[in-house]
Amino acid sequence: MIITTLEYVPGKTISKHLGLVQGSTVRAKHVGKDIMAGIKNVFGGELTAYTELLQESREEAVERMKQQAQETGANAVLNVRFSTSSISQGAAEIFTYGTAVILD
Amino acid sequence: METYLNIIIFFVLLALGYFVGQSREKGHYRSIIKREAQLRSIPVIASKILPDEFLPCQTELVSGSVVISVDYFKKFVAGLRSIVGGRIASYESLIDRARREAILRMKQEAKKLNADYIFNIKMETSSISKGREDSIGSVEILAYGTAVVIEKTNTPANELPGEDTTELNFRPA
Repeated sequence: MIITTLEYVPGKTISKHLGLVQGSTVRAKHVGKDIMAGIKNVFGGELTAYTELLQESREEAVERMKQQAQETGANAVLNVRFSTSSISQGAAEIFTYGTAVILD
Repeated sequence: METYLNIIIFFVLLALGYFVGQSREKGHYRSIIKREAQLRSIPVIASKILPDEFLPCQTELVSGSVVISVDYFKKFVAGLRSIVGGRIASYESLIDRARREAILRMKQEAKKLNADYIFNIKMETSSISKGREDSIGSVEILAYGTAVVIEKTNTPANELPGEDTTELNFRPA
């Protein structure tokens, strides 16, 4: 499965276009991490727990998108975009979408 | 008595935010500049189309993300600034730092794949904790793009770099 932000795959031709596929996830860290982040807010610096949260969510979203693409019989997802938003305190929503295609 | 205590706590937090925050910011900038110099060999390009001479190549999605928190001093300065309006320099440096860090992390991932270029880079900025009055002020940056690994098998491995190959290329069929 090829996942790319390009609109085509170099050296390959698209034989079938299967439409939009997407994956999304909402995740939160436990309260302890939120409190630690609150303390860090005084001193500044990286919030490692939230970086991790973002990374996990992104992987999960991509995984879900891949699954959907596999179900439709695609072997590549082109023009992939990520979108991030917040739903509530300490929770992150990651949404990813792209075009599923069959490559020769 | 209680108001005195509140004032003292406020100034302690302000001082902590200023000294610890500033030293962390400086340290972070030093590390960013150092790593940027190390990773300069992988150019990041916003273009969507690969030049023909890159073919054949392998492509792979790479990404880097970071969450950076504001400190108490920055928050206070930004609060003051929002009364009169204008540039909030204390937040500008924060976002600049986060962007560069995210790109560096993306480049590091590309380096692991032995990539030559990163094409079609996109950035995403958001906030996990916005919406509440006493919320944690932080900035989240996600940078992603397509790492391009040019396959070197196309050119003969035993060919010397200075060798004249024009004769070979223009040989009649």
